[in-house]
Amino acid sequence: MSDLADAFAAAAMLIWSLDQDLVGIVLLSLRVTLTAMAIAAVIGLPLGGALAVFRFPGRSAILITINALMGLPPVVVGLIVYLVLSRAGPLGALGLLFTPAAMILAQAVLITPIIAALSCQTISGLWEEYREQLQSFAARRGDALATLLWEGRIALLTALLAGFGRASAEVGAVMIVGGNIDHVTRVMTTTIALETSKGNLSLALGLGIILISLAMGVAGGTYALKLAAERQRSA
Amino acid sequence: MTGLTDPASAAPAILPLGLEGLVFAAGGKTLIKGITATLSAGSRSIVLGPNGAGKTLLLRLCHGLIRPTGGRIVWKGAAGADPALRQAMVFQRPVMLRRSVAANVDYALRLRDLARADRQQRIEDVLTATGLRRFATQPARLLSVGEQQKLALARAWALRPDVLFLDEPTASLDPAATRAVEEIILRIDAGGTKIIMSTHDLAQARRLANEVLFLHRGRLCEQTPAPVFFTAPRTAEAGYFLEGKLFPQLRRINP
Repeated sequence: MSDLADAFAAAAMLIWSLDQDLVGIVLLSLRVTLTAMAIAAVIGLPLGGALAVFRFPGRSAILITINALMGLPPVVVGLIVYLVLSRAGPLGALGLLFTPAAMILAQAVLITPIIAALSCQTISGLWEEYREQLQSFAARRGDALATLLWEGRIALLTALLAGFGRASAEVGAVMIVGGNIDHVTRVMTTTIALETSKGNLSLALGLGIILISLAMGVAGGTYALKLAAERQRSA
Repeated sequence: MTGLTDPASAAPAILPLGLEGLVFAAGGKTLIKGITATLSAGSRSIVLGPNGAGKTLLLRLCHGLIRPTGGRIVWKGAAGADPALRQAMVFQRPVMLRRSVAANVDYALRLRDLARADRQQRIEDVLTATGLRRFATQPARLLSVGEQQKLALARAWALRPDVLFLDEPTASLDPAATRAVEEIILRIDAGGTKIIMSTHDLAQARRLANEVLFLHRGRLCEQTPAPVFFTAPRTAEAGYFLEGKLFPQLRRINP
């Protein structure tokens, strides 16, 4: 019991003193996940919106695929991105394997379907409400899509947060494509996995506390956004 | 107020509007059963009828929001111009964008690719004319329903359409707001825009109509000048409606 208490105390000390290794790992994690989220947003928001507003052959197939991909196991994403980026793979020449860029790519692949599916849901609801009015204005479908993305901005932010939460918590994909190299591709989740197996509980616990705080922050932010969106809707 | 009295442009209006054997069916039911009529410029046409007669459906068909399953809608004066850009519609429940009152009007104008100065002038004109100018920077969704409906009218008015469709625009408003909305409708009419409005409110129809199109169970029973309609309707269905009676089921003619 006292070992655990010591580990907690040491972890708290690491956070309190802003230990260089710990800060480096946290900053890299945030950089990787935020960049992945930005890429996934640029692809996922318009894709989800387009699926809500346009009707075209193959639309249902894409929707089913995206919903299926929402539950994609991170290790499988890691494996696929690994194969694509490895020397013999189609993007092997770029030499991205075992770099932060590879980890960004893997996380973006992982969360794009989540952001697309959630934004499709949001935009579908708005389209229902605005459709005839926008049609009456003679808005082209493209204009309508841009309008709805803006009208739904608060609800769409919660989709982004869901993506952020999933990316920051996953370990399998970044472990495979990043390689967990010290000071290069070591992020919070992979460090926790490694340090725990090494018995270095204080660093693992310190990072664990930060990850949980982050998750709480995301949940709190999502809640606040939902409230704001409801207030806007009823207003 | 110069901007409000002069409809769309120097180009001739897209009117008259011709309905040729208009049919709409959905879910195995024929809801609009072969309506033929001509609606011309220069009068306020009120589409009157009981609930479920097909008034809203007829307006949506005319405005092009849904396609007829039979028959045609012809804008006889369009002459190559896109009729969709020369008409507007105000719905029973106003749909407000999540932005300011002025930005709501601006949004509709920007879709018509109007220059900024022109848009500013039109926004100023319609907000002043509808008494909404003091709310210009407020979020549109914070307005009361009555004010939202006024804004919907202002937004449509700013487009200076040849034709304005109104689908029971006062159905969810109190008497004061109803009166205000009717006054705005009359001013839009005075500016040269053709008014085509549905209602089931007889008193309102009396106040606004130049001509009445009476609908009953998806059929156009009659298209009659208002003074004639309210004193001596041509059809039994309209007679019953004017007396506030239910139309007897015995008389029902199956399609």
